[in-house]
Amino acid sequence: MALDIVPLWAGILALAVFMYVLLDGFVLGVGILSPFAPDDASRDQMMDSVAPIWDGNQTWLVMGGIALLAAFPMAFAIIIPAVYFPILFMLIGLLYRGVAFEFRHMSTRKHFWNWSFHAGSLIATFAQGIVLGTYVQGIPVEGRHFSGGSFEWATPFAVLTGLGLIAGYGLLGACWLVMKTEGELQNWARGKARLLALGVAAFIAMVSVWTPLIQPQIQRRWFAWPNLLLLSPVPVITLALFVWLLRALKSGREATPFLLALGLFGMCYLGLGISILPMIVPYSVTLWAAASSPKSQAFLMIGTLFLLPIIVAYTGWSYWVFRGKVRAGEGYH
Amino acid sequence: MSLDAVLLSRLPFVWVVALHILLPAFTVGLAAYIAVLEGLHLTTARAVYLRLSKFWLKVFAVSFGMGVVSGIVMPFQFGTNWSRFSEATADISGPLMAYEGLTAFFLEAGFLGVLLFGRARVPPWVHFFAALMVAVGTLFSTFWILALNSWMQTPTGYSVADGRFLPEDWFAVIFNPSFPYRLTHTAVAFFITTALVVAGVASYHLRADRFREEGTIMLKMAFGLLTLLVPLQMLLGDLHGLNTRDHQPAKLAAMEANWETQGRMPLLLFALPDESAEANRFEVAIPALGSVILTHDADGVVKGLKEWKPEDRPPVAIPFFSFRLMVGIGLAMLALTLCSWWVWARGELDRSRWFHKLCEIASPLGFVAVIAGWVTTEVGRQPWTVYGLLRTKDSVTPSLTGSGVLASLIVYIVAYVVIFGIGGFFMVRFLRVGPIDQAPDAGRRIQGTPARPMSAVEVE
Repeated sequence: MALDIVPLWAGILALAVFMYVLLDGFVLGVGILSPFAPDDASRDQMMDSVAPIWDGNQTWLVMGGIALLAAFPMAFAIIIPAVYFPILFMLIGLLYRGVAFEFRHMSTRKHFWNWSFHAGSLIATFAQGIVLGTYVQGIPVEGRHFSGGSFEWATPFAVLTGLGLIAGYGLLGACWLVMKTEGELQNWARGKARLLALGVAAFIAMVSVWTPLIQPQIQRRWFAWPNLLLLSPVPVITLALFVWLLRALKSGREATPFLLALGLFGMCYLGLGISILPMIVPYSVTLWAAASSPKSQAFLMIGTLFLLPIIVAYTGWSYWVFRGKVRAGEGYH
Repeated sequence: MSLDAVLLSRLPFVWVVALHILLPAFTVGLAAYIAVLEGLHLTTARAVYLRLSKFWLKVFAVSFGMGVVSGIVMPFQFGTNWSRFSEATADISGPLMAYEGLTAFFLEAGFLGVLLFGRARVPPWVHFFAALMVAVGTLFSTFWILALNSWMQTPTGYSVADGRFLPEDWFAVIFNPSFPYRLTHTAVAFFITTALVVAGVASYHLRADRFREEGTIMLKMAFGLLTLLVPLQMLLGDLHGLNTRDHQPAKLAAMEANWETQGRMPLLLFALPDESAEANRFEVAIPALGSVILTHDADGVVKGLKEWKPEDRPPVAIPFFSFRLMVGIGLAMLALTLCSWWVWARGELDRSRWFHKLCEIASPLGFVAVIAGWVTTEVGRQPWTVYGLLRTKDSVTPSLTGSGVLASLIVYIVAYVVIFGIGGFFMVRFLRVGPIDQAPDAGRRIQGTPARPMSAVEVE
């Protein structure tokens, strides 16, 4: 009998998407915050803090997309067409965000590329939030295909999650800067982080109330007995992390806020998983129905189990090389 | 007029891939070149290698960044525009692309940061190792994506169930019949493309009497490589053609605009293929040479397009002309390489103005040849996405509307024209400045203090 590795694949896919959200989340957050930077020199420093690692961080997006295709092709073929335009704008946003890192040093119009960095980050983030909202509200399916229209994603709920993600990535970016910078810039980032933390809390509350209202499945999952008791640690821990984050920002801690912000994202992600599983296309296609053939899953699993630890090791090493506060003027430009 | 979602889905993909392929065509070879320069600097400690490496590293950073961001678009287009292709082939295409990500993308991205920004933070040999890993990563990437591309051209190792292709034998899937030829032919083309750019840049500066030491080294390295690779590429191309004859005869017939199955097939130097008349106009031909090239025998029989029903034939004129363009450029490269031997033997490599002018003109030819070869093989694959098994028109996303695809096409065109236009402009301008040694105060100024230059002394 063949071993059922579908749950393992679900775990790897979830990990890849989560890694992307965390790692590119703070880079996009830096982009979202960049036009509000105190001055031009701080803006340079903000970008220098992410320049050596943004490319590796973004690679997790490619990996998440391809892992979805490889392990759950039916879900890939349904979800991606359902968010055709958000994906298009996310890609264009990432395009303009990414080239700005190099172009701004080569151009005589540096301001244009600063704006490209900012607008690209903002658009990509909002589009990703729209994708999240569309996913949570449910994707209409007929047979093996997406059956909705081109604008299935254009709903108030998706706009809310889009704005929520902007606040969320902004928070990650601000906490990253608290950790990586010093002096005036750090103070500025701390102030922004406090503001954004409050915004994120408001968005989390709104989404948590709204989601059960639009989806009976989610309502049952969270509020039926005994789930209500079993799942109660999720909101309680989230709230505790939030309070801790505000205190850590106030007491001048440097690395703690970033870790706590990551923790907040982790709790939201966990909440999403609890709401959706075992569906991969909410609320009609399960992980097993969408899975690729065992031979495909097994072939890729062997390499993944071998390569993923190596990838994590050298990625970790490159973070280690660039550890500590960002140094002014460091770069090869 | 109704908008055809199939044709319209092909256009954004063609547009995105055609522009994207220009970047790996350049960066695969450039990554290897930088690794070689770093290695030479490490072993010989000559400053000129460091200057050259820093110069090309900057160009690499820009082109690699553009390659990465434009590359992300494609796997997502598989979903947005080609969802039925994706679902039907995902059991095979998914793992191959995933291996590209696992072995190549992470490797490149993980070490690129250290390569670009870490010179002062890691020991020299670690920095060289990072350069090596980036170069290896680009080659792994080439390996996997061409394995998938080749499988679509000459599928083996699969079974079909419920309209889905399932893997039966992974070795046969990856090492399908056209893969060894496509991989070597493409990789060599990428190295040649880079070598021509390096030679062109060197010549530009030598002609203006600048950077004599750097320019001479670059020219010697470029033509040393071209001497090896251009003849090799012709041999590989011939083998690839024979492979196409055996496995994709309809594509080969289109490349040669050969309508009739015949022995002593002529080689057409020029013709205007007319698909509705199933014939060519204005043929200029050399008798029997086609058979000699394709079967290595003057009487060898080559299949003609009429063997296939019209709906199973690829377009004829496009592969016919793009193939001729590619071969023509190949011959021009050979001529240039022969010239280099003459000039080199006379000891005039650093001062022959006519030769430098030729090199400058030839510098973009690799890109043109890569695009022409890609057009030949992909248009020649039509009307199939998976050759002989899955039609292009059955591959598109069913929920697409023509107007939706048209809107996204316009967005892609505008976005890419801006980025590639500006990126190309920046790179050319930078290449024209040349490998200047950055003075200590040439860096960016931050908070009123001079930016520190990167140097070996700047260690924590």
